[in-house]
Amino acid sequence: MSGIVGGERRTLAPFGRRRLRVAERHELGAYVVVEAADPDGPAPRPGQFYMLAAAERWGGGEDERPFLPRAFSVLRVADGRLQFMLEDVGPGTARLCELQSGDGLWVTGPLGLGFSAPDAGPPARRALLCGGGVGTAPLAIWQDELLARGVPAPALLGFRDAAHAEGAALLANPRVATDDGSAGEHHGLVTDLLAAELDDDPRATVYACGPPPMLEAVRALCAARDVPAQLALEAGMACGFGACFGCVVPTRDGGYVRLCVDGPVLDAAALAEVPGH
Amino acid sequence: MRVEFCGLDLAHPIVNGSGTYDAIAARRAFGDALVERFPFSAFVSKTITLQPRDGNPPPRLYETPAGMINSIGLPNKGLDGYLAHDLPELARLPVPLITNVMGATADDIATLVEAVDARREIDAVELNVSCPNVKTGLDIGADPVELGAVVARVRPLTAKPLIVKLTPNASDVPAAAQAAEAAGADAVSLINTLRAFAPHPRLPRTPWLGGGTGGLSGPAVRAVALAQVRAVAQRVSIPIVGMGGIQSGRHAAQLLDAGATLVAVGTESFRDPAAGRRIQHELHDLFAKSGDIVNGHHDV
Repeated sequence: MSGIVGGERRTLAPFGRRRLRVAERHELGAYVVVEAADPDGPAPRPGQFYMLAAAERWGGGEDERPFLPRAFSVLRVADGRLQFMLEDVGPGTARLCELQSGDGLWVTGPLGLGFSAPDAGPPARRALLCGGGVGTAPLAIWQDELLARGVPAPALLGFRDAAHAEGAALLANPRVATDDGSAGEHHGLVTDLLAAELDDDPRATVYACGPPPMLEAVRALCAARDVPAQLALEAGMACGFGACFGCVVPTRDGGYVRLCVDGPVLDAAALAEVPGH
Repeated sequence: MRVEFCGLDLAHPIVNGSGTYDAIAARRAFGDALVERFPFSAFVSKTITLQPRDGNPPPRLYETPAGMINSIGLPNKGLDGYLAHDLPELARLPVPLITNVMGATADDIATLVEAVDARREIDAVELNVSCPNVKTGLDIGADPVELGAVVARVRPLTAKPLIVKLTPNASDVPAAAQAAEAAGADAVSLINTLRAFAPHPRLPRTPWLGGGTGGLSGPAVRAVALAQVRAVAQRVSIPIVGMGGIQSGRHAAQLLDAGATLVAVGTESFRDPAAGRRIQHELHDLFAKSGDIVNGHHDV
């Protein structure tokens, strides 16, 4: 896979981790958005990620963890600040969600390969964004860029409940589904909305990020309709730059790829299925 | 900070542990800055086997208190793939190259060592002997007699420095080090990861890791590394590459004081790709302050 040319999908990271200052933290329903001042950092490509660790008290939480940094897709970059969308689901995210303005944050990045633009065609394809939960994050920065380029990029977002659905405010004009029907137009799965959209007009490239069962459903229904899809995947990751070989996913043609250097955005056609669904 | 190691003139004592740094992948992430500010004074390749290996099924990682367990399974392109694809890129690094090899039989290891010996781009060979003997199931490196026989078999096949990477999962590590020295090894390196198990968070009697068991690394093992390096240093006169949980110049100084000539950084590079460079600078500052690597640096 070393033949992949990053091109528009990769911005090189400064070598080594760097200490940033948290400039702002606010809650958005069930999520926390942390902004870290990175005035000298390079502009990431949408879909790239950073390895994050609190500069103080990283360790000593549940089970004396965390120890390793945690990987997060960048939500947006504005005014020299990197924005990340967080949800407290374990000792690493719990500590990151506690960060306050002025706290130190270690970051390495931007890392990995981000999204690439829809094929110019023919047929001309619209971008169709499909996110689940905290997987909304990389779609926000991607939608910004697509809209700025004049590419229509409607978004379909799925959340567990109304508190999580507040995360939908991060994108422009999303259609929202919730598992419990407590918010949004659809009581059910976001992939129901996606299937209806594609049945209506299959001329689309789908960009998706979310939990493995959602991504597997996206992969399967895009494959069935011959619609290209780019999936932003997640895996346990120790390093983020290809050193540990921990974040592998099996590919359709056998063997594994490392999500940190050959992803996290993969062409859905490269996968027989999304692992962990 | 220059250090002589088995005839190699190295700029400082900090290298990487085998399998903890992929310089080719890192260059894709960081570009030429990686080469311009290369964190190590020599580069140790990941383990190369005769045939290509995909590695273990995921999950491959488990976070522990002050460390991690990995069950990666030595993925690599195999000897031919390494020589054809990786070696030309690794040869462009600004430091000497140590190639780590592993075989399941003495014949396999001999083939690997001969192939490595034939390449001028490679400056030294490291033997990974944490490989089960296909007949006994025991790690070759855990049995001093078998280890001595393997080293004696391959020693005549190369004039390059031969480093034996000892396994810490043995009842008598110094005895293994002595056997390696007696059979002609130029150096030993230790510690490899400690065998460890990660329970599945939800399923009883089920391993979390796809490979079943794994190896523990990180600061959790540092005190074990100090004990084993110290014990080995008392029994052999060849140089030692010490490693295990090193996170700072002070930690490196402690391992040098225990008897190591070089110090390898592994897991800490996962947390910071430039950790080796920082540790090297911290070690340099310790030397500059005291002229002595240890005195005055014992924090209570």
